Amino acid sequence: MTDQKTAPTMSKAKTVTMTGASVLWECLEREGVKHVFGYPGGAILPAYDALKHSKIHHVLVRHEQGATHMADGFARASGQVGVAVATSGPGATNMVTGIATAMLDSSPIVCITGQVGSKLIGSDAFQETDITGVTLPITKHNYLVTHANEVARTIREAFYVARSGRPGPVLVDITKDAQQGTCEFDWEAAKPQLPGYRPDLSPAPKEYEQALELIHNSKRPVILAGHGIIISGAMREVRDFAERAGIPVALTLLGLGAFPASHPLNLGMMGMHGEAWVNHMIQEADLLLAFGMRFDDRVTGNLKNYAPNAKKIHIEIDPAEINKNVKVDVPLVGDLREVLLELLPHIESIDRSDWLDSIDRLKGASAVRDIQNLPDSGHLYAAHVINDLWHQTRDGNTIVVTDVGQHQMWEAQYYKHEHPRSLITSGGLGTMGFALPAAIGTKVACPEAEVWVVVGDGGFQMTMCELATLVQENLKIHIAIINNGYLGMVRQWQEFFYDRNYQATPLLNPDFAKLAEAYGIRSATVSERSEVVPAVQSARQHEGPMLINFKVEQEDTVYPMVAAGAALHDMIRRPSPIVETADDE
Amino acid sequence: MLNTFMVYVENKPGVLTRVASLFRRRAFNIDSLTVGRTEKPEVSRMTITVDADRDQARRIEANLYKLVNVLLVENITNQPAIIRDLALIRVAATHDARSHVLELASVFRARVVDVSAESLTIEITGAEDKIDGLLEVLRPYGVLEMVRTGIVAMRRGSKSADAASMTGSTAQGAADDDVSYSV
Repeated sequence: MTDQKTAPTMSKAKTVTMTGASVLWECLEREGVKHVFGYPGGAILPAYDALKHSKIHHVLVRHEQGATHMADGFARASGQVGVAVATSGPGATNMVTGIATAMLDSSPIVCITGQVGSKLIGSDAFQETDITGVTLPITKHNYLVTHANEVARTIREAFYVARSGRPGPVLVDITKDAQQGTCEFDWEAAKPQLPGYRPDLSPAPKEYEQALELIHNSKRPVILAGHGIIISGAMREVRDFAERAGIPVALTLLGLGAFPASHPLNLGMMGMHGEAWVNHMIQEADLLLAFGMRFDDRVTGNLKNYAPNAKKIHIEIDPAEINKNVKVDVPLVGDLREVLLELLPHIESIDRSDWLDSIDRLKGASAVRDIQNLPDSGHLYAAHVINDLWHQTRDGNTIVVTDVGQHQMWEAQYYKHEHPRSLITSGGLGTMGFALPAAIGTKVACPEAEVWVVVGDGGFQMTMCELATLVQENLKIHIAIINNGYLGMVRQWQEFFYDRNYQATPLLNPDFAKLAEAYGIRSATVSERSEVVPAVQSARQHEGPMLINFKVEQEDTVYPMVAAGAALHDMIRRPSPIVETADDE
Repeated sequence: MLNTFMVYVENKPGVLTRVASLFRRRAFNIDSLTVGRTEKPEVSRMTITVDADRDQARRIEANLYKLVNVLLVENITNQPAIIRDLALIRVAATHDARSHVLELASVFRARVVDVSAESLTIEITGAEDKIDGLLEVLRPYGVLEMVRTGIVAMRRGSKSADAASMTGSTAQGAADDDVSYSV
C-alpha cells in the first residue's frame, strides 16, 4: 500500500493519506479481488480515475444488469465474492434485477455504486436515486458512505457479510465527495465492527440426538440436497452420509452437481419438473433430510399434502428458513458441513435395500416416455441437443450456464452434472437474461473451464448486448441458443392452463447467425439431429467463441410437470405412443 | 395473539427503516412500534407489538436477527414485564362536567396537564387496558382529541439482557425449551 502508485504521504507509522477512491481499490485488492465488472458514469468517475493505479482488471459491460450477473456468475463458479461497479441513478437501478437474483440464490456479490455528493443527497440532483432505500429488501445488507474515512471499514464489512453465513449481495453506495476526499488509511484499524452479526450458529446437543434417533428409526428416508451443500463445501460429507446410511439423494435445481449424477444413490432432480420417481419417493418417504435447501414452492408442490408421512430434519444455516414453508421436526441450524461432520461418526449402517429397490419399481415405464427413446420423428428436440452436448463435453472441465425457461429444465434433466459449480443457473428469482452475462463472469473466474451458455431465444435477447463484452474480453464461450420461436415455458403454461391461448409468446427473431457475425463471433445454425454433434465439435475445436442456433421443435413441452398448486405426486406426464401404463393419470 | 418484542439495535441511521421494512416485506402487521435511546449511547431499543401466532413469532425473531444492525431480540409476551403506554386525552369538559371528569381522572391516577374553558387535557401512563378503561369512561363526555405513544416495556426482576454483552459472544436462545434457532 505504500508503493509509489498512489503517491501516499506518510503521516504516522501505519497510516497513509489516500483518497476514498484509492482506498476503495486498495481494499478490494486486499480482499483478493482481481476482476470487477462495471460501467462508468458521473458519480463514480473519481473511482474510475483511481483505477489506473490498481492491479484490478476491469471488465467493461454493456448494461449494469450484466455487471451484476457477471459478478454473480463469477461468485457461483469460484465461491469467491464477485464485484460489480456502477454509477448513481440509472446505473444503480439497472443493478436491481441482478441483486435480487443473487439474493434469492444466496450468491455473494458486492455492488459498488457512485452517489451524488453528500451535500446534494435528498435534493433530487441529477442522477440521484436512493439506491440503499431501493435495494434494502433485496440485499443482505447495504451501506451509504459519505466520507472517505468510512470507505475502508465499509468495504471490509461488505465482503465479510457477503461471504459469511448464508451468503448474499451487499451494496455499498459511495458519494462522490467520499471518493474525492482524503483520509488516513489504516487497514488494520478498519476491522469490521458488526456486534449484531452472528453468522456462525450451531445446533444444541439434544437436537443432534433427536436427529440421529429419527435417522436410525426411519425405513424410507430421502435426502433433499440443495445449494447449501455447494456453498458449504459439504460434497464429501453428504456422500459419506448417504453411503453410510444407505439413503437415496434427491436434488434441487441449484443442488445439481452437489452429488454426482452417476452415483447409485442419486435419484435425480425433484420438484415441478423433477423426475416422476423422485417425487413419488419423496411422497412415500417416512423421513426427509433437507440439506441446505429451503422447501421452495417449486420443489414441494402443494404444501397440504407434501410428504404427508415423513418426519423432517432440516439442516440449514439461516434460522429464518426453519418452519417457513414446511413444519420440521428437528431443525439443525448451522453450517451444513460442520453439522454433518458432527453427525457422521454416529451414523449407523442400516440395510435399506427394500426402500432402494423401490426406485426401480417407481421408475416403472418412465423410460419409454423419455423423448430420447421415442421413435425419431425427424424433428429436433431440445432434449436431443442437451443430451448430445452432455455426451460430447462430459469428460471435460465443463460449466454449463443456463437462462430461465424450458431449456433450463431440459438442461437440468438431461445434462448429468458430476461436479459442484458445473451448473450455473438462476433458480429462486428465475431471471431471464441471466445466462450470457453470468457465463462471462464464470469464464473470468475459471479461464481453464469450457463454458457453454444454454439459453432460449427469448432470454438471449434480454442481455445479448453482452456479446460485445465477451468479444472485447476475448473470452472463448460457446452459446447454444435453444430456439423454438416462442417464450416456451410461458407457451407451455398457456397450453396447459389457458386453453392454448398463445398471447404474446410467439417470437419474431433476428438471424442469430448474422448477429454473431456482426460481433465477429463464429456461428452455425442447426435444425437436424444429425448436425448437433458436428456443430458442438466444431465449437470445441474453434479457438474463439461460437454461437450455435439450434432450431428445435416449436411446441415441445417439459415433462413431467407438477402444476402450480397441485400435489407433488400429481404430475402431467409425456404421452407415450409405445405403451399405455398404469402411470397414466 | 399480540406478541411483544424488545429489540436492541445499533444506534445508526436507517435502522428503523430496516426493521419496519422487514415487517412489511414479510407481511407481518405491526400493532405498535416505539424506539428510543437506552443507557448506552450506541444502542437504541425498540418495543414492537405484532399480531402473530407462535410460529410466526419465531420467524419474526429469526428474521430480525438477520438484520445486521440488530443486536438482541427478546420476546417478552409470556414473561413478567412492565409495560407502559402514555396517552394525552383532550376531553370536552364545560363547567358542569368538569368536576366529574376530574374525579374520573383521579380514580385512574391520571394528571390534568392543560385546562381551557371548554376542555381538559389529561395525561395518563399505564398498561394499555388501563388507558382503554379511562377512555371508555371519558367517551360520554366527548373525547375531542387523543394521542398515544405505543408501549415501552422492560422485564421485571433482574436486568434485561446487557446490551454490552451482546457483542461478539453467542447470545442466549429463546427462553423456553424449544428449538434453539433464534440466534
